[in-house]
Amino acid sequence: MAERSEEVKLLGMWASPFSRRIEIALTIKGVPYEFSEQDITNKSALLLQLNPVHKMIPVLVHHGKPISESLVILEYIDDTWQNNPILPQDPYEKAMARFWAKFIDEQICVAAMKVVGKTGEEKDAAVEATRDLLKFLEKELVGKDFFGGKNLGFVDIVATLIAFWVMRTEEIVGVKVVPVEIFPEIHRWVKNLLANDVIKKCIPPEDEHLRYIKDRMVKLIIKPA
Amino acid sequence: MTTGEVKLIGAWASPFVMRPRIALNLKSVPYEFLQETFGSKSELLLKSNPAHKKIPVLLHADKPVCESNIIVEYIDETWSSSGPSVLPSHPYDRAMARFWAAYIDEKWFVSLRSFPKAQGEEETKAALAQLEEANAILEKAFIDCSKGKPFFNGDNIGYLDIALGCFLGWLRVTELTGGHKLLDEAKTPSLSKWAERFCNDPAVKPVMPETAKLAEFAKKIFAKPHA
Repeated sequence: MAERSEEVKLLGMWASPFSRRIEIALTIKGVPYEFSEQDITNKSALLLQLNPVHKMIPVLVHHGKPISESLVILEYIDDTWQNNPILPQDPYEKAMARFWAKFIDEQICVAAMKVVGKTGEEKDAAVEATRDLLKFLEKELVGKDFFGGKNLGFVDIVATLIAFWVMRTEEIVGVKVVPVEIFPEIHRWVKNLLANDVIKKCIPPEDEHLRYIKDRMVKLIIKPA
Repeated sequence: MTTGEVKLIGAWASPFVMRPRIALNLKSVPYEFLQETFGSKSELLLKSNPAHKKIPVLLHADKPVCESNIIVEYIDETWSSSGPSVLPSHPYDRAMARFWAAYIDEKWFVSLRSFPKAQGEEETKAALAQLEEANAILEKAFIDCSKGKPFFNGDNIGYLDIALGCFLGWLRVTELTGGHKLLDEAKTPSLSKWAERFCNDPAVKPVMPETAKLAEFAKKIFAKPHA
């Protein structure tokens, strides 16, 4: 089958925040793409061939060349399609956006995952640690509709991990990690996200998503160590 | 805006601090180097990087930029008209540079760091094998990225050269103290030759610490119990 070299293909997974953020970016840019749903429990030969180093989704394929790592892919998308910029133009603002994106993935995401499956004091400590990190983001949102200002930007896209994964799973995890009393700005920001057409289109449907997460958690917790 | 005083909070022995220093050298940007005392953190550092409390921090007209690779990109974009380009210009090449820089920090450097921590023969062998695997991956990455040129970035050193090259001092110290060759000319010939070229680059030489001085420093800090 002849492949047009301008074609964009995304290897992803419907419930993955890292995969969804790429879909958000491509949709903001109006770039048509072919989505290839991957089974991460049984990795395809294609995935292993296109991302031999990490063997993970998402992988973007453009002009036949694969790009991996969601933050790298987001920057590539912004570099390649100049309409509707995702990153700020000013070098200082850009550096700040990159800083917060890294902070979300390397600090907040890791801390939030540590809450899962814990009980008692350990759980409380994990929740406290996550909240301490979230307080930095809470401060960043003061006086802004989005992290990107008036419009959705790089940090908003990355932070959907918090809005639609960390916050959605609070009931399942059994604790309000991000209560509105401590994080009013973040809650306001989530409302703004939910009013945005691209976000509405690109996030996993809530019911299905919660069912999937519940299933996965049961499998992970019941699994013998 | 390129005007405004430039200061860098850091330490001579830190490979992460070396990254922005090399970039500032490439761009011929003068800066004040504010060295932290090992074992304590200055008020300025805590105020400038409250989220991580770590060096390096670049202060440009008193505005802080944190995270070494992010600082390097900031330097490249701010002083874009001086010196060579630190990031490649083509989007795909930029993506490759960023991809490999992330790999270096998340996988390669972690392997390097675990080597001196290994206890006993079994653990040492495993750590060495892990590092060798990572080196082999980077050897191939070098061939792909350099496309026959002397550096990852082509004719001149750039973002990815800096991201990896900053660790060469510590790599040499680990080789000395561990008694094992970690960057082997036989196994990774391209990378080994690149390492020599990198260390001799005029933007790198003034900020790459001497192995002996670094080894002495390592003895001092690893003698203390970890905080």
